[in-house]
Amino acid sequence: MTIKQLTSGTGAVLLLCCVSLFGGIASADMVADGKKVAFDRKKGNCLSCHMIAGGDLPGNIGPPLIAMKARFPDKAVLRQQIWDATEKNPNTIMPPFGKHRILTEKEVDLVTEFIYTL
Amino acid sequence: MVKKTLATLGIALLIALPSSGMATPQQDLEDFRDYYQKRFPGTPFDDFINGVYSIDKASRDQWEEIEEFPPYELNISKGEAEFNKPFANGKTYASCFENGGIGIRQNYPYFDTERGEVITLELAINECREANGEKKLKWKRGPLANISAYMAYTSRGKVFDIKIPDDPRAIAAYERGKKHFYQKRGQLNMACADCHKFYAGNKVRADLLSPALGHLTHFPVYRSKWGGIGTTHRRYGGCNKQVRAKPYKAQSAEYRALEYFHTYMSNGLVVNGPGARK
Ligand code: HEC
Ligand code: HEC
Repeated sequence: MTIKQLTSGTGAVLLLCCVSLFGGIASADMVADGKKVAFDRKKGNCLSCHMIAGGDLPGNIGPPLIAMKARFPDKAVLRQQIWDATEKNPNTIMPPFGKHRILTEKEVDLVTEFIYTL
Repeated sequence: MVKKTLATLGIALLIALPSSGMATPQQDLEDFRDYYQKRFPGTPFDDFINGVYSIDKASRDQWEEIEEFPPYELNISKGEAEFNKPFANGKTYASCFENGGIGIRQNYPYFDTERGEVITLELAINECREANGEKKLKWKRGPLANISAYMAYTSRGKVFDIKIPDDPRAIAAYERGKKHFYQKRGQLNMACADCHKFYAGNKVRADLLSPALGHLTHFPVYRSKWGGIGTTHRRYGGCNKQVRAKPYKAQSAEYRALEYFHTYMSNGLVVNGPGARK
């Protein structure tokens, strides 16, 4: 991990704090709701393929979702990965959650917030 | 590091994609076998008939215990009784099949060059009934699956030898099945090959994904989750539904084509049906 990634990662954390502190967004709630959507078998069901802290019996088709801020300094890129994983890898097995309307816009936002805390 | 492995994985997937139309079925078969033998170097070729148990020691031990008192035994004996019971006209199933229907599972499905279509064992069983003035049985479970189980049982140890005759319609059926296998489908956008080829041996939640090599040697299958026995097309429907795709009808031309390709890919392996799965 480079210094640059580290600082931008920290920057994002700071930004998130500030947004929730001053922007009036209930960020803790969003993260909790995002976790629910991500773990729900009928919604994200992300655990079927990814190890995620706090989830039981994960599959191992995708990489463990850890250190997300370092891997995705730009949160919008993370959201896009969840929205439509086929953009980055046309052959991916990961479902295009937004593009195929598996999740709503709002749910993709919530899941992104949750995943970003990992 | 993670990125790098992902990138290589991506490249591997690209290379593994079929160059459709180019390869002959024989070449496809060799590539298919090679792929699984490289992916599972610890599994001897002949052992792929055991599905997921051919690649996982822990679940294999449990399964071997189950196989000591096979849950499908009753299905075989019911199937045998049904198989030997004369129709109203006095004839039996034996009259419709080569060798009286005994030890022939390995030749199904086959391409009928007169009719120009793929004939599966289950289709042949129901057509035998109709030819003898009896009503068709339900396709996915029950008596038809029992008869199929009995017929598979009498064929255990025989080597699958599915042929693709030199007939453009046979090649077309094969290609249609191959396309179904590799094409992404459903709201979740996944192909059979995603789960049973590229990620065979990985886990979806707690379920280990079985290799497609050897998939059809042991059908029909008794599944604890079903609480009974089911045919190949029952399973196809289930796997289509899992990815939120609309399943095709049992014995539709689409599933018969898929079964034709899918079974051809297990040529050289022996019949060991019916199987038991969780
Ligand atoms: C069926 C399997 C599957 C499911 C379900 C799945 N993913 Fe993935 N995911 C993958 C695979 C495989 C990759 C690796 C990249 C690729 O092959 O496209 C991946 C990559 C990712 C990445 C990028 C990781 C990195 O460091 O590059 C993120 C983030 C991610 N997934 C999040 C999610 C979230 C959030 C969900 C649930 C809403 C989810 N995934 C559901 C299979 C899956
Ligand atoms: C989302 C992943 C997924 C997809 C896509 C999928 N399957 Fe499956 N399939 C499974 C799981 C999980 C099982 C149960 C465990 C096992 O045996 O692999 C299974 C089991 C099977 C079995 C039974 C294996 C046995 O030994 O009894 C067959 C046959 C099969 N699938 C064929 C297919 C075909 C054909 C397709 C495409 C039409 C397909 N699957 C698509 C996940 C999938």
